[in-house]
Amino acid sequence: MSGFNKVVGSYEEALAGLEDGMTIMVGGFGLCGIPEGLIEQVKDMGTSGLTCISNNAGIDGFALGKWLEGRQIKTMIGSYVGENALFEKLFISGEMEVILTPQGTLAEKIRAGGAGIPAFYTATGYGTDVAKGKDTREFNGRNYVLEESLTADYALVKAWKADTMGNLVYRMTTQNFNPMMATAGRITVAEVEEIVEPGELDPEHIHTPGIYVQRLIKGTFEKRIEQRTVRSA
Amino acid sequence: MALSREQLAQRVAAELRDGYYVNLGIGIPTLVANYIPKNIEVMLQSENGLLGMGPFPLDEEVDADLINAGKQTVTAVTGAAYFSSAESFAMIRGAHVDLTVLGAFEIDQKGSIASWMIPGKLVKGMGGAMDLVAGTDNIVVTMTHASKTGQSKLLEACTLPLTGVNCIRKVVTDLAYLEIHDGAFHLIERAPGVSIEEIKEKTAGRLVVDGDVPEMKLA
Repeated sequence: MSGFNKVVGSYEEALAGLEDGMTIMVGGFGLCGIPEGLIEQVKDMGTSGLTCISNNAGIDGFALGKWLEGRQIKTMIGSYVGENALFEKLFISGEMEVILTPQGTLAEKIRAGGAGIPAFYTATGYGTDVAKGKDTREFNGRNYVLEESLTADYALVKAWKADTMGNLVYRMTTQNFNPMMATAGRITVAEVEEIVEPGELDPEHIHTPGIYVQRLIKGTFEKRIEQRTVRSA
Repeated sequence: MALSREQLAQRVAAELRDGYYVNLGIGIPTLVANYIPKNIEVMLQSENGLLGMGPFPLDEEVDADLINAGKQTVTAVTGAAYFSSAESFAMIRGAHVDLTVLGAFEIDQKGSIASWMIPGKLVKGMGGAMDLVAGTDNIVVTMTHASKTGQSKLLEACTLPLTGVNCIRKVVTDLAYLEIHDGAFHLIERAPGVSIEEIKEKTAGRLVVDGDVPEMKLA
């Protein structure tokens, strides 16, 4: 690695320095837009005691579901358990700490963390369990909850294209949590489908500017579909 | 006769207006997209980052990179936009979405809603529901009036963990269309063939019935 070239040669290099007990963000919504190879690498490294911040936790036996199987996650911060049986079991039994966070609040906590804002007020969750123990305040006759922002030791994101300087472009609905997480990682690792030379991406179309990305790797993606729904012609 | 899932969706669709940006939740709310009146245009917002959701793709059009908030493969209509989750919830929290339709386990007479967990039994997570009920004024909740064992879901006070407080004003059940204000459910329409007596019997919360209650018109 030299200068602004963020490309690393291996998954080992991409996740060098990741240790037990760290906080790690993982981009994606369901299985859409997840950094598959980086997730696999963390599984292989066996890193444990992790605080994992991700909207979902994969599905049984795939993606973050593998970290659950290996009991690598101590605390999970996400918005949706859904149809993930192991996640639900670990949560209900108390084996894994789970901090369920409203999806918009989660997105904003990460956005704020990456932008250097320690906390913000939102109406979301006022009067519910989510607001328990948190400061509340009234603005213009409406009640709001003080939510603290999130940052991470490592943020693992998935993009479509990158240039070697780490400028990222996402495709369709794979954007989801990836752009905010890219800003909130002390070390952000982007796994992408294609890496091009600087100048090949239109500066007007960059979603994540390279300043946020420390390491970049070209991956291969299975892109498994959770719910294949089609119409007939 | 209680309404079918399709008829519920059909009744909710009558709340759509030309030019609305609409967020449809998972389950029955998703079916509303099948009953958008022909003479109006609406844009469907999916909170994972899509404004302008289209129908399910043809088999050869399926793209793993294009899904809705229910993780189903979908398409995008002409004029659609993709964005991040932060942008998506700025739209929602900032009250830019005109109508939200979502399901629930329980609703109470003050307009509070419970929809995301049953302690010790079922944990779905709130997903975007807490943000949606906090961000939109115009919310329609659609659900069955009572559980399979006959327990009312329209209560004096919710018993399950809340999704939002005092935020729901309209409810479409398989038996009735009701509005919530002044600490009561107000019966506005009956499902075709359903008696006021049956609705009274299956509503545990305070119910106000004012004169003759018309039957729903399902187009």
